[in-house]
Amino acid sequence: MTHTVTTETGAAAGGGRPRRLHIAGAALPGPGGALRTANIAVEDGRIAEVSDAGPAAGAVRVDGSGLIALPGLVDLHTHLREPGREDAETVASGTRAAARGGFTAVHAMANTDPVADTAGVVEQVWRLGQEAGHCDVWPVGAVTQGIAGSRLAELGAMADSKARVRVFSDDGHCVSDALLMRRALEYVKAFDGVIAQHAQEPRLTEGAQMNEGAVSARLGLAGWPAVAEEAIIARDCLLAAHVGSRLHVCHVSTAGSVEILRWAKSRGTQVTAEVTPHHLLLTDDLVQHYDPAYKVNPPLRTAEDVHALRAGLADGTIDCVATDHAPHPVEAKESEWSYAAMGMVGLETALSVVHLTMVETGLLDWAGVAERMSAAPARIGRLATQGRPLEPGEPANLTLYDPAPRGRVDPRSFASKSRNTPYLGIELPGRVVATLLRGRPTVLDGKLV
Amino acid sequence: MLHLISAADLSHSDAVLILDTAEELAQVGDRSVKKLPTLRGRTVVNLFFEDSTRTRISFEAAAKRLSADVLNFAVKGSSVSKGESLKDTALTLEAMGADGVVIRHNASGAPYRLAEWVRGSVINAGDGTHEHPTQALLDAFTMRRRLGRLADLRVTIVGDVLHSRVARSNVALLHTLGAQVTLVAPPTLLPVAVETWPCEVAYDLDSALPKSDVVMMLRVQRERMQAAYFPSAREYSRRYGLDAERMARLPDDAIVMHPGPMNRGMEIAAEVADSPRSTIVEQVANGVSVRMAVLYLLLGGSEPALGGGER
Repeated sequence: MTHTVTTETGAAAGGGRPRRLHIAGAALPGPGGALRTANIAVEDGRIAEVSDAGPAAGAVRVDGSGLIALPGLVDLHTHLREPGREDAETVASGTRAAARGGFTAVHAMANTDPVADTAGVVEQVWRLGQEAGHCDVWPVGAVTQGIAGSRLAELGAMADSKARVRVFSDDGHCVSDALLMRRALEYVKAFDGVIAQHAQEPRLTEGAQMNEGAVSARLGLAGWPAVAEEAIIARDCLLAAHVGSRLHVCHVSTAGSVEILRWAKSRGTQVTAEVTPHHLLLTDDLVQHYDPAYKVNPPLRTAEDVHALRAGLADGTIDCVATDHAPHPVEAKESEWSYAAMGMVGLETALSVVHLTMVETGLLDWAGVAERMSAAPARIGRLATQGRPLEPGEPANLTLYDPAPRGRVDPRSFASKSRNTPYLGIELPGRVVATLLRGRPTVLDGKLV
Repeated sequence: MLHLISAADLSHSDAVLILDTAEELAQVGDRSVKKLPTLRGRTVVNLFFEDSTRTRISFEAAAKRLSADVLNFAVKGSSVSKGESLKDTALTLEAMGADGVVIRHNASGAPYRLAEWVRGSVINAGDGTHEHPTQALLDAFTMRRRLGRLADLRVTIVGDVLHSRVARSNVALLHTLGAQVTLVAPPTLLPVAVETWPCEVAYDLDSALPKSDVVMMLRVQRERMQAAYFPSAREYSRRYGLDAERMARLPDDAIVMHPGPMNRGMEIAAEVADSPRSTIVEQVANGVSVRMAVLYLLLGGSEPALGGGER
């Protein structure tokens, strides 16, 4: 099915900035898995009307038939690599990839060079996002200076800056010092911040190369035990409860972590968690020929873990999906496994993988996808204008997704600068047809505007 | 078969063919002219990212006895940040027309990566803590020569299994060949999920020895002590070292093996290493025969191993 975009006079819509846009006959997810077909009128960056009414004069018309309308996706965990590693990704290329994937906001992780640990760096990243204009970029601030894990960065200055930082993370490294973690959790309460922890006990993972289990034993690769993640999550949940702070757990990867989170939430601890698309689909047996495309931190785990993560995401123990989009240049992966960089690109495949693993399995309906990929991450990041319901008066951040087509992943088609996908040649469902950022199309007909 | 990277890839008949071929080729070592024309005009590269003089000269002797041209390519300090990448090295070898590449590398799985970038055969001469398949083949060859069979042979492998490529290859190959393997080690030096391997596992050496036809002692590196795998060299030696008193618990015709290099006084006492039960020197000689067989079978094509009419 092709989705034509025309103005009412019949002329094809160019780039431009149409003030009025009319999405005809898209399916809006409702409660109980219901899909309601309606027309969405967008005017001046907001949703003007959701109804059966026809288009207003002069509006750009988007054929929404067969498409699912979702609130614009929000990623809590994106590595845009700028400043410092512009060979892997830039704010511009990474946000183009985000728009292609249906995202209208991303949180740019702090492990850049220089590290995003000062107001100056976070404002620079924020400004680059504004200039690129493909989606909102909300910088994540480092918890500790230089992500070195010894002294707190100026968290307040980053919170008060133009970048308005609310999420703080040393991602890539664990804030392993228990006292420092406690202080960070306490300190960010002053500005409603959250510490997003990369849960990895460093001593238990020295030299670790892959999930510790039957596969690592056979391959002779140093194991990365589940307990190294779970021990930190348990500790941090207890700390967050003790000081009454918000904790967010990055990229949960084990069944045990899900159990601990379920327990902590049952006690009323303010903890939220994310899971990556790749941990919802891929398992550690893929490592068998040492292809670094599958090397990632945290590592791919077992099928049992994958099932527990899906169940946790379905029942809300895990609040959201976050991509952990981690671009790397070709040479960083074209090496021996032990020397290869960890990470996978994910922005442009995230929604399809969630579709495959959660929707096609019946674990989540489309309203659930909207919650887990848009509303929840926006709440955790304290973004007021993202993750909102598709209702009149709300900002027109939305994604039109065609669930029907299936296609093999071709990294050459990526907008990202990097190609390090684990899904090469794998068939995935669906396609993002259009993305609107405050009413302005960033993607139309699957192509960047 | 194009490559030999993992002993687990060998079927029973592959493994027996290699051992039988090695047996034939071993005769060459007894001749005054220790050379066959079989691989004349073929190029074998010894690509060593890790120092291992004994393995390199074993492969070199094997290739030369088959008349192959041998190039030794030693790469020091092979961290990815310095010097040439494995891929660029592979492309260089490819340009030189290597028919076979014997690779020793400190990173597990490096031979699989290499095999993606070269057309010739890749022979794993030890990769990280993964495998060392020709070592397992020469060990099986030695056992079969000494004890006459492999089926139902009771083989006890003792020591640092966690970091041992020799142990991994031996468990896989001996299982394929019908032997019964028992691993004996302190629990810290056994991999998690070792129970998924086709072997038995025990912590007590003394009770395993009377039920062993073969006991294979693995090298234990002293630096493991710093990483808290065991409290001291003395305690390790006391619990898992093979001394004369322990050796006396073995059945009469049992043999003692070690892949070398040995830590005399640590995992094996000098009097054990030098006893008639010890096959350590034979293992070195057998290594050349087995590696000749592997090179011949992977690179030799259609010619009979010993040349026409010569049997």
